[in-house]
Amino acid sequence: MSRKLASWDTAIILLTVLVLIIASLAVDNFGTSRNFTFMVLDLLPIILVALPMTFIIVTGEIDLSVASTLGLTSSLMGWFWNHGLSIETIIPLCIVIGAVAGAFNGFLITGLGLPSLAVTIGTLALYRGLALVVLGDSAVADFPFNYTGWVTGTLSWLPWLDGAVPNVLILIVVLALIFGVILHATPIGRSLYAIGANAQAAHFAGIRVARTKFWLYVVSGAVAGLVGVLWTLRYSSARADNGAGLELAVVAAVLLGGVSIFGGKGSLPGVLAGVVLLTALQNALRLEDVSGQALNIVTGALLVLSVLLPNVISSIRGNWQRRKLRQSAAS
Amino acid sequence: MNLLKTRELGIVLALAALVLFTTISNPRFLSGQSIRDNLLNTAILAVMAAGQAVVVITRNIDLSVGSVLGISAFAVATMMSDHPGLPMIVAILVGLVVGAAAGLLNGVLVRYGKVPALVVTLGTLYMYRGITYSWAGGSQVNADELPPHFLNFANDNLLGVPWLVLIALVVVGGTSWVMRNYRVGRELYAMGSSPQAAELAGIKVARNLLGAFVLSGALAGLAGVLFAARFGTVDASAGTGYELNVVAAVVVGGVAVFGGSGTVWGAGLGALLLTVISSALAVLDINQFWQQAIVGALIVLAIGADRLVAVRIARSLRKRDAHV
Amino acid sequence: MSRHRLAAVFTATLLVAAGCGGTTKDNQSSSTDTQTSAAADPNAKLKEGLKIAYLPKQLNNPYSDVETSGGEEAVKELKGEYKKVGPNDASASSQVSYINTLIQQQQDVIVVAANDPNAVCPSLNQARAAKIKVVTFDSDANKTCRDAFINQATTEGIGQSLAKMALEQAGGSGDIAVLSATPNATNQNAWIEVMKTELAKPEYSKLKLVKIAYGNDDDQKSFQEAQGLLQSYPNLKVIVAPTTVGIAAAARYISSSSYKGKVQVTGLGLPNQMRQYVKDGTVKKFALWNPADIGYLAAYAGAALASGQITGAEGDKFTAGKLGPYTIGKDGEIVLGPPTEFTTDNIDKFNF
Repeated sequence: MSRKLASWDTAIILLTVLVLIIASLAVDNFGTSRNFTFMVLDLLPIILVALPMTFIIVTGEIDLSVASTLGLTSSLMGWFWNHGLSIETIIPLCIVIGAVAGAFNGFLITGLGLPSLAVTIGTLALYRGLALVVLGDSAVADFPFNYTGWVTGTLSWLPWLDGAVPNVLILIVVLALIFGVILHATPIGRSLYAIGANAQAAHFAGIRVARTKFWLYVVSGAVAGLVGVLWTLRYSSARADNGAGLELAVVAAVLLGGVSIFGGKGSLPGVLAGVVLLTALQNALRLEDVSGQALNIVTGALLVLSVLLPNVISSIRGNWQRRKLRQSAAS
Repeated sequence: MNLLKTRELGIVLALAALVLFTTISNPRFLSGQSIRDNLLNTAILAVMAAGQAVVVITRNIDLSVGSVLGISAFAVATMMSDHPGLPMIVAILVGLVVGAAAGLLNGVLVRYGKVPALVVTLGTLYMYRGITYSWAGGSQVNADELPPHFLNFANDNLLGVPWLVLIALVVVGGTSWVMRNYRVGRELYAMGSSPQAAELAGIKVARNLLGAFVLSGALAGLAGVLFAARFGTVDASAGTGYELNVVAAVVVGGVAVFGGSGTVWGAGLGALLLTVISSALAVLDINQFWQQAIVGALIVLAIGADRLVAVRIARSLRKRDAHV
Repeated sequence: MSRHRLAAVFTATLLVAAGCGGTTKDNQSSSTDTQTSAAADPNAKLKEGLKIAYLPKQLNNPYSDVETSGGEEAVKELKGEYKKVGPNDASASSQVSYINTLIQQQQDVIVVAANDPNAVCPSLNQARAAKIKVVTFDSDANKTCRDAFINQATTEGIGQSLAKMALEQAGGSGDIAVLSATPNATNQNAWIEVMKTELAKPEYSKLKLVKIAYGNDDDQKSFQEAQGLLQSYPNLKVIVAPTTVGIAAAARYISSSSYKGKVQVTGLGLPNQMRQYVKDGTVKKFALWNPADIGYLAAYAGAALASGQITGAEGDKFTAGKLGPYTIGKDGEIVLGPPTEFTTDNIDKFNF
């Protein structure tokens, strides 16, 4: 079982590397440092939200409200800014608000025992609705340049890199490392897999299933809050509709990365590769003037194939092994 | 059964309270034109909710319905503008067939590919929409390119009841009837309550599951035809995001996301309630931005209430067992 | 235990940050204008082979299709390379990735209709830093991040024309309502402001503006908003929709409802979309400039900028092919001309 999964992770990572190499060779202007910055900025929200989403899906749950939490914190950021709060207060405040939104999900799911799919579809509408109530259809745009510039800017204290490393890449790397270490090298990570594989067994093994899940939703909300801040600063525009539909892109990337929707299986490197693959494909196709519509088809097909292919391969392998057994039994 | 009755009664009461309150503050809310508008607006959502309810009752989900609506609406609108002489029934059949084909692919992938419904229909949500966009290539079909008999279909009546509403009633009523009184309906509930047990009990799970997805797809396709007739202007983005409204209607209507319980006509009532809420907000002159927040709160409330009732029933059952 | 301590530390940090003041809306330094002007050379020849890319608010919009078709014609006359790209939804952030791609492709001119005047700004300035000329049309970006703006008509001209048409169709008195695009649409809001100023004048004293509704330039939403208006305001006489999506949706609703003939629809619309409603009597008169000319003028302005004929400064002059000579106004604005009014008599002469 674990070997089959490892092979899907490896396959998606190899595929991603392959796409990057082909695109660099075949697509004009793909492999430039500026395009690298654009790509990192495009994948920033998806990759950050995908980190806690991976944890949640590994435990067999889901959080569809993330993009709406993002929109809510973006709206509130604009509202706070208009009401004279300092940006240094607003940023932590927005992360806390995101965490509270996540805690509400967590309470409904673990406290009341409601299904996470239904709950987060409900809060998807609720949080987006609140975002609209806060800011309506207006936009707040006059955020200070030293913050908006930081998000879109590149590292300047590394002259030999010639502005090739976007500032936010540091954030991505640090957070990905933290989440990766927790998932793959600590007892917490192992307990998440245990919960996803069999929540009841995990409970009897002494894992606090409900409490763990609750905190996962808090973390997911907090990260969505952070991304709401980054999104707002990147586009210098706080709006209620920011990030609409992002939840589907994130779930697609996580599943493409080899995480099972039923929980218990998957790895973070696979998920990171999934995000990079989707973003790189989109970027390369756009540079080639292929419309974004074609990408919808590719995304959808990849998503279905990511689950379908391993199933088909394993069933073929199973047949083949059975036949071999039968042959050896006959001879 | 009693529990189900109370559940749908709750929606009816909520609906009545809402209509009463709105009418008191603005009597025009109960005028003929207003009732007609509300019913017309509900029709498309209710048709899709009926199919979705059947899928959800089998413990699956169909997120691709918005995209299926889009592809069907665009296909039918293009066909009608190219061949204005075709009768309405052909348009409806084509919509049903396009939708059924899309639903069949979903069902096959879920059943034979052993891919979870959430993943399959999320994938086909992207694919069907992408296909529609590539096909449309930025073009759109305008009302003036469509034949009048097609557009009039949305406004024409049969004995005072608009066709759209009649179709919705037939779809919701017919599906409810089958789910309640026919063997196949009970089998679908059984599959949702316990998939393994259903299989062991000899239920033709594969056939029923494919049937549920084909039905959901076909009804989304039918909704596409109604959409094109009602709104007249169709581009590739028609129906984007509808899946969430449909799922919301089903959940608010009392169908449990883990399958096995709820009714199709409950889902229809859910669709009606959501539509009436949005038009009541407009009439009451409440900031339209509140609408989505209210819908969200309502979904959370609905599943919370379901859970509460379920827990109470389980407790009373346990108590009864203890007495015996 | 340690979690409580962590929470305490976190709260403390938050309080400190709040107490320190930090950067607020009031004390931030205003950003400086990034405009770099070289001298214009009015005698410079228009370059050939310029790569001119159009980025409308979204694809699938018949109005912007007409605009860009004019652009395509002009780029052909200029012997340049025409291209049109754009997102499927008119959201603020979706245009940015397209601008980034156009920078990578080293276009010479980007002609853009901004979905959000500020969200596109950093990217447009990056484009200008890469020596790409930026012309906005339809909906302006912040003036610090583009070289010129093609204004379809003066704001005053449109607003006055809307008020005048409303007065005519209401027969001099009664309730009117506006069905606009989004609440923060730059154009529509400016026109509505002028309209309100006009309505304050004595000759309009019997007209009452009861509500401004927003259909978000979404056909279905506009349709439902039109329904809502008629339910809420029984005495409504005219719906003024200063957006092509809104006017078509409102006209379609009225023409199929019992209000036909009692409630008039007017505003800004496309002749092709409105033809049937003008002919069936739902709409008596509406107005619009020729959108194809906007795209056409934008191409010539972009080419003149890229060739160094103009810099976008006030008073610069250039010739835009068949449209003749133009002079750049304040803040880099180029005004196309007065709007055309369409009625049952002349509508068949137009095809866009």
